[in-house]
Amino acid sequence: MIFLSSPHQHGGNSIQLTMFSVIIALIPAAMVSVYLYGWLAVFLLTTCIGVSLATEFFALKWMGKETDRVWDGSAGLTGLLLALILPAAVPWWMAVFAAVFAIVLGKQLYGGLGHNPFNPALAARVVLLISFPLHMTSWIVPMHMDASLDMYSFITSLKFFFLGPDAVQQTWDAITMASPLGYLKTELGQGVTVTEALVNYHYSTLHAFIGREAGSLGEGSALALLMGGVWLMARHTISWHIPISYLLTMAVLAGLFNLINPDVYAPPMFHLLAGGLILCAFFMATDPVSSPSSGIGKIVFGIGCGILTWVIRTFGNYPEGAMFAVVLMNMATPLIDYYVRPRVYGHKRGKQS
Amino acid sequence: MLNIWHKIQQSLSLGSAQGFTGGIVHGNQYKITAGHPIVACALPELFIHPIKQHIGEPCEPIVEVGERVLRGQMIAKPQGYLSVPVHASTSGTVTCIEEHTIPHPSGLGMISIHIKPDGMDETDESLHPLPNYRSVDATELRERVRDAGVAGLGGAVFPTFIKLVQDQQNQIDTVLLNGIECEPWLTCDHQLMLEKAHEIISGLDIILHMVEADKGIIVIEDNKLDAADVMKQTLSDMGLTDSIYVQVLPTRYPQGGERQLIQAVTGKEVPAGGLPLHMGVLSLNVGTSKAVYDAVCLGEPLTERIITVSGDAVPKPANMSVRLGTSMHFLLKQCGVEHFDGIKIMHGGPMMGELLNQDDVPVVKGSNGILAMNQQTIMRAHHQEEPCIRCGDCGDVCPAGLMPNLLAAHCKENQFERAEDYSLFDCIECGACSYVCPSHIPLVHYFRYGKGQVAQIQREKTFAEESRQRSEKRDARLAKELADKEEKRRVAKAKKEARAKALAEKEAAEKVVVDKDNVEQPDVEQTDKPEVKVDEKPAEDKA
Repeated sequence: MIFLSSPHQHGGNSIQLTMFSVIIALIPAAMVSVYLYGWLAVFLLTTCIGVSLATEFFALKWMGKETDRVWDGSAGLTGLLLALILPAAVPWWMAVFAAVFAIVLGKQLYGGLGHNPFNPALAARVVLLISFPLHMTSWIVPMHMDASLDMYSFITSLKFFFLGPDAVQQTWDAITMASPLGYLKTELGQGVTVTEALVNYHYSTLHAFIGREAGSLGEGSALALLMGGVWLMARHTISWHIPISYLLTMAVLAGLFNLINPDVYAPPMFHLLAGGLILCAFFMATDPVSSPSSGIGKIVFGIGCGILTWVIRTFGNYPEGAMFAVVLMNMATPLIDYYVRPRVYGHKRGKQS
Repeated sequence: MLNIWHKIQQSLSLGSAQGFTGGIVHGNQYKITAGHPIVACALPELFIHPIKQHIGEPCEPIVEVGERVLRGQMIAKPQGYLSVPVHASTSGTVTCIEEHTIPHPSGLGMISIHIKPDGMDETDESLHPLPNYRSVDATELRERVRDAGVAGLGGAVFPTFIKLVQDQQNQIDTVLLNGIECEPWLTCDHQLMLEKAHEIISGLDIILHMVEADKGIIVIEDNKLDAADVMKQTLSDMGLTDSIYVQVLPTRYPQGGERQLIQAVTGKEVPAGGLPLHMGVLSLNVGTSKAVYDAVCLGEPLTERIITVSGDAVPKPANMSVRLGTSMHFLLKQCGVEHFDGIKIMHGGPMMGELLNQDDVPVVKGSNGILAMNQQTIMRAHHQEEPCIRCGDCGDVCPAGLMPNLLAAHCKENQFERAEDYSLFDCIECGACSYVCPSHIPLVHYFRYGKGQVAQIQREKTFAEESRQRSEKRDARLAKELADKEEKRRVAKAKKEARAKALAEKEAAEKVVVDKDNVEQPDVEQTDKPEVKVDEKPAEDKA
């Protein structure tokens, strides 16, 4: 006889449902990446997802856990997210390394699903960025911008993916370009004003929004990401707290400093649409495992991410700070959960128990 | 737009005048008995009346085996203050008074009075009706409510008369009638409001008179708008619209919880450790209000109640008027259940109700629903637990504003001090957290475990403290006895020595007399010493 405690009815949500919802929400962004980077995007996506699933399977088997867990969607989601934050220039072995790192060191070493302090995909991305800065900051010219690398050709893409630029008779310089953030950083360092730099880059807010700027696979289109993100918020798979507070903090900070000195500080719209901010705000920072649990804690987390992203972008060495910001705030999550708690019914704030 | 703003407020846990923090929405598809008219359950072959059907002290049986009793006759009298009597549900003979299983998941038994009906259903009329209750003293009405055995019929079964008190310090100004019925599946209060609106409102009027409150609010969720309309119509027919009105709230679980209801209606929270009384609010279930009316205006004790008999294993679900003491087995058979293998019986709603392991269990005052579910349905809800992914959905729906995921983790790891720091005892066990958990973690189970363990530790601490005090007292007593003995011995010794000295002195004096010629100085000194000692003796005696 087993004793079952109430409630005896369940709402029907499951880990699988949550994970697959996020995967579905990322499909528009993945499709845009295929449009921009052709077969290279397909190779990267399949490599990352496949290796993540395989690594998860062997890790579970090795630890003597149920291997069915592979299909809970978390490993697949990690692989998908990882591919979307990698530049198209990444060779196959780097993608494999990143996927193995994300699953083994990013997740399973801490005890598997639910125990990882960092977002596994972001942790792998940060490790790659620090270890292989050349590949990680070279942005291949997307297909619609007269790219000299024909990524719509299966053979060319395959050769490039496995053998590098020499195999397709190209040089790094010929096939890559700067991302808006990287370009701005370099130009500002040489004393050019923000406005001039953006004009020189032929920067267009509209293009950045619908997805025509160089960057990581999934960073291309803010529109595609927003579609997925808003859908997730509408279904309550992610709560609004982190994305909204993150983006608002960024906008307010950037707007404030842009007002003070528009020559040095980029305008808020540029910051919001540039780099991986939208992807990070909706899909990385909202990773439930590595972000705070309570609504109010999530707002604190989002504000922290916003401040750090802007500070790193503006004053740091790296042109993009969103990934670092989220990983840094992941570290603060236990602290936030301990100190920032919702007010308990019937108690005054701060005076519980 | 306003709706969005409310949602934002709720998710920020700021609270708002039109709602409570957190909560979940069940579909109306579970309320399959909504609108089913109340049907009377047939008389079973045996009634079983447990002697405690309320929160508080158990009653004492006052009938003998073989005695004939009438419907409404008191068969067990209350003991202590927090207690209400038990009455016979029909006329018949007491066959035995022995332990019988009660509706509790443990399957524990309790002394119960077994009555075999004689089919005459004769009524005991010792309680005379008081239709002109306005001219009756509140104290007498309160006695009447107690004598009729009325306890909270929403499920908590707290003795009602205790709430119906006029307090000098906390004057009650608002009485809330709880017609929320937020548990899925249950529709008994809904149907009661549709069919017995007059009785419910009269009961509320009696209560308003008793506690001298001037405002009564009947609170109904918007999935029962027909009941709200009937209530409004009856109010205007009775001409009570000045003092009583109906308030409709958006459907959300657990709005029927007393503290959540008060927050939803008044926008204020009952302070931690306080009672609704301290805010001048009294809340009662609509069924309780009807029972108060029956007790006062008709002189009828509580011997039957409305129960929703439903669930996916019940072919003919219904809202039934059931005599207390009827076996659930009999009740389910009335609703077409033939095979009891592979079904689970639930007492109460699925969110806070209990799963029973037997079907031969009597209906008691707190039974608002009897649900028979297929085993598979239950097992689907109790899916195997998976790791927590910290999504925080549990915290979003928690009406108490807790962080259930962290709290459960602390309980699971036996870190009870941490758990108390995370406000373990503010949990109302509504089950909303477990309901939404994607990992199927039985959070409420961990909280109950934690609360039980903390209570156990507290008991052990108290016991250890008492033992320590007892042992200290014993040590002190023994030490005192020893000291007293020592003292006596010392005194006795001193006396003995003094006597010996005195004797020696006497002998010496006699010797002096004998050797008068050899008187020397040292001898005089020697005789001086015993004298000093003799002087000391009385002083010691006093001490």
